[in-house]
Amino acid sequence: MFREGENENRIPSGCAISGIFSKKGERISGESIIKSISVMHDRSNGLGGGFAGYGIYPEYKDFYALHIFYDTQAAKDECEKYLERCFEIVNLSKIPIKKTRKITNEPLIWRYFVYPLPVRLADSHLDEDEYVVRRVIKINSEIKGAYVFSSGKNMGVFKAVGFPEDVGEFYRLAEYEGYSWTAHGRYPTNTPGWWGGAHPFAMLDYSIVHNGEISSYDANRRYIEMFGYKCTLLTDTEAITYIFDYLVRRMGLTIEEAASVVAAPFWSTINKKEPQEAERLKYLRNIFSSLLITGPFSILLGYTGGIMALNDRLKLRSMVVGERGDRVYMASEEAAIRVIEPDLDRIYAPKGGQPVIVKLNDDVKI
Amino acid sequence: MPINFIHPEYEVIRDFNKCIKCRVCERQCSNEVHKLDPDHNIMTADDSKCVCCHRCVSVCPTKALKIVKSDHTFKTNSNWMPETITEIYRQAESGGVLLSSMGNPKPFPVYWDKILINASQVTNPSIDPLREPMETKTFLGAKPNKIERDKDGRLINNLPPQLELTLPIMFSAMSYGSISYNAHESLARAARELGIYYNTGEGGLHEDFYQYGANTIVQVASGRFGVHKGYLDAAAAVEIKMGQGAKPGIGGHLPGTKIGSDISKTRMIPEGTDAISPAPHHDIYSIEDLRQLVYSLKEATEYKKPVIVKIAAVHNVAAIASGIARSGADIISIDGFRGGTGAAPTRIRDNVGIPIELALASVDERLRAEGIRGNVSLVIGGSVRSSTDVVKAIALGADAVYIGTAALIALGCHLCRSCHTGLCNWGIATQKAELVKRLNPEVGYTRLVNLITAWRHEITELMGCMGINSIEALKGNRLMLRGIGLNEKELEILGIKHAGE
Ligand code: SF4
Ligand code: SF4
Ligand code: SF4
Repeated sequence: MFREGENENRIPSGCAISGIFSKKGERISGESIIKSISVMHDRSNGLGGGFAGYGIYPEYKDFYALHIFYDTQAAKDECEKYLERCFEIVNLSKIPIKKTRKITNEPLIWRYFVYPLPVRLADSHLDEDEYVVRRVIKINSEIKGAYVFSSGKNMGVFKAVGFPEDVGEFYRLAEYEGYSWTAHGRYPTNTPGWWGGAHPFAMLDYSIVHNGEISSYDANRRYIEMFGYKCTLLTDTEAITYIFDYLVRRMGLTIEEAASVVAAPFWSTINKKEPQEAERLKYLRNIFSSLLITGPFSILLGYTGGIMALNDRLKLRSMVVGERGDRVYMASEEAAIRVIEPDLDRIYAPKGGQPVIVKLNDDVKI
Repeated sequence: MPINFIHPEYEVIRDFNKCIKCRVCERQCSNEVHKLDPDHNIMTADDSKCVCCHRCVSVCPTKALKIVKSDHTFKTNSNWMPETITEIYRQAESGGVLLSSMGNPKPFPVYWDKILINASQVTNPSIDPLREPMETKTFLGAKPNKIERDKDGRLINNLPPQLELTLPIMFSAMSYGSISYNAHESLARAARELGIYYNTGEGGLHEDFYQYGANTIVQVASGRFGVHKGYLDAAAAVEIKMGQGAKPGIGGHLPGTKIGSDISKTRMIPEGTDAISPAPHHDIYSIEDLRQLVYSLKEATEYKKPVIVKIAAVHNVAAIASGIARSGADIISIDGFRGGTGAAPTRIRDNVGIPIELALASVDERLRAEGIRGNVSLVIGGSVRSSTDVVKAIALGADAVYIGTAALIALGCHLCRSCHTGLCNWGIATQKAELVKRLNPEVGYTRLVNLITAWRHEITELMGCMGINSIEALKGNRLMLRGIGLNEKELEILGIKHAGE
């Protein structure tokens, strides 16, 4: 098995992405997102597909939902022992799957709803989120054969090696409902056989699906690793996820500000802004200069209560956004939107570096 | 008269068919090599005085001259090389320390030349710098490690003082004294025109150059020459010189013969006295002392100017840099062992210190491992020779580079490595008025601007190849580099893979 990150392997890929969001917080079945991404079958090559759904675990919404792949029973035993030491486990189960001939070699796939053991949390002097992040990084880098691929509250990532539509069927996503979904089909230029390498990539409730190959990767990676992150997979998506986690959760930037760090406006654009705005943009670009991302990318960032679509500054990857009522659709190709909503109020292609941020209406409680 | 053991290293070859006996070479050679023999009406040359600076070659109207390396030889010996033998003759005669100038010429590995740069294709497009914006703007200075907001939630600008450069290249420290007034003027004007900075070195700031203050970095060295309130106030940043790559561990020495009235005023020392800067700063015997000097300078400049600490690349440079990063310095500048100098003891220049490529890689890695890379910017120098050296330095982790020798070459320096004699035929490393005037600052400054402009084009072209349209995405981006012909250890220190990997 060719696992990204191992032996310093870094695998570039091309891809398809799609997202659906209900501003009213209406619960959308996973079926629609499967349908959307399946239209872009040719943009992936069967070597990775995945989904992230938000608002899918309302009955457990106060607990961190850990989705974990295990290569072996031994890895599971070791990891569970570790989990018990750090967390109160409220519920654990296999993630329900439907065996199909198209998805093979599945690892053991388990789900745990947990919260940090209060005593351990107090001893750690960390906030809850940081406590969870450190445990996740530790499992992923130190327990061989165990890999946490989802760790947020009231959200979950589902991914596998295969075409995305087959992955959706495998995980029985039609049985889940959420106000926000993202999906990804992967076209890696190598043959990874490892499920963890598929997208979305997530940390806490931030999940990223990404199409592109960033040229700033090592500059970004070496900077972000200063803050305790370990980019073990050597994938762009992993680095981008950590960047957003760092900027938004740890540094306290807004999503908009974080977008103007990673896809900073050109200096020529900044210079044309009002002095106050120019100073703000210059400030962000200067202090977070190592988190500027260059090279082609289009990403969907999912988070609790919102979704953001963002292109690189030159728009080297396609991305369209459609709107209909309270629904917003974002995808690499228009066809992927039309197939689930032929009758759109509006459809447009956002400019390079221009974030499209959609949030739940103020009155919506999830 | 005792026998002179030393055979001239270079020979002046004159094509007598071309020579028209105009005697230009005689007037132009400050080393007094050429002479007209009036009895025979023929031009003669005293090869023993020739330093191979090509001045006469360049000015001879009929191109009658060339300088060749003498093929005169000692009996072949792989241990006792001609240079070694000659140096012993020299010392046996003089009883003195051997002196040299400019950078280490010995055949040590040049790591820049063993590093190759990446280009993108297929999965990631390259970018055409002629069609798309290519950004090289660079900021130097410490970055805050948290953001602050006002009561309305707006970001507060809590940035410490920064230097803003249009591209990550600066002119490194060269004092007025070690180089001429005209050379300084050329550098200062070019820095202003280019939107970058030049550095006064330890010789103070001539009053005529206060007008370039916004593009000036002033140095505070162990001799404290020319340091006063107005000097600090005039500058954009203050650099504390702890060490120099060409002569780590020793101070400077400008002979009294070079201290004319102007230099004596600028340095604030009596005319004709030797200007000797001690090896250490006598108020800095440890890192906490350095911290005090950093903060005294910050106090003196009201925390409005970044403070740079310049060190030489020596064996434990990473540990030293890590200490400096915690000393309040905003920028660390590291000078490699191939860095130039106006005068240095040969043995020190050629044997003390380490290559800047390795020093840079290990300092950058160490600061990151300690999570303090954001506390400081890193500027490196010590033989950055071309735009590709710049690109490689940035990709290894530098924020910017200092160039010294390359800038002097642009001004006409022919690397004759005789700056310590004060007879620079190109008007650069000299204080003799008749020589200084050979360097026209108007021409000099234009040539510097041309050089940096050319490098800028090349840098953006290389960035475009890599699919990078902003220099910050190149910083520390070591995946863009591959080593060639390097061993495992070297690759490990440089933090890069081997070509083909
Ligand atoms: S400058 Fe040239 S032509 Fe004139 S005297 Fe010298 S060698 Fe002869
Ligand atoms: S020292 Fe320079 S100018 Fe004089 S002869 Fe030699 S090369 Fe010509
Ligand atoms: S500055 Fe002048 S003396 Fe020094 S190496 Fe260059 S040409 Fe020779």
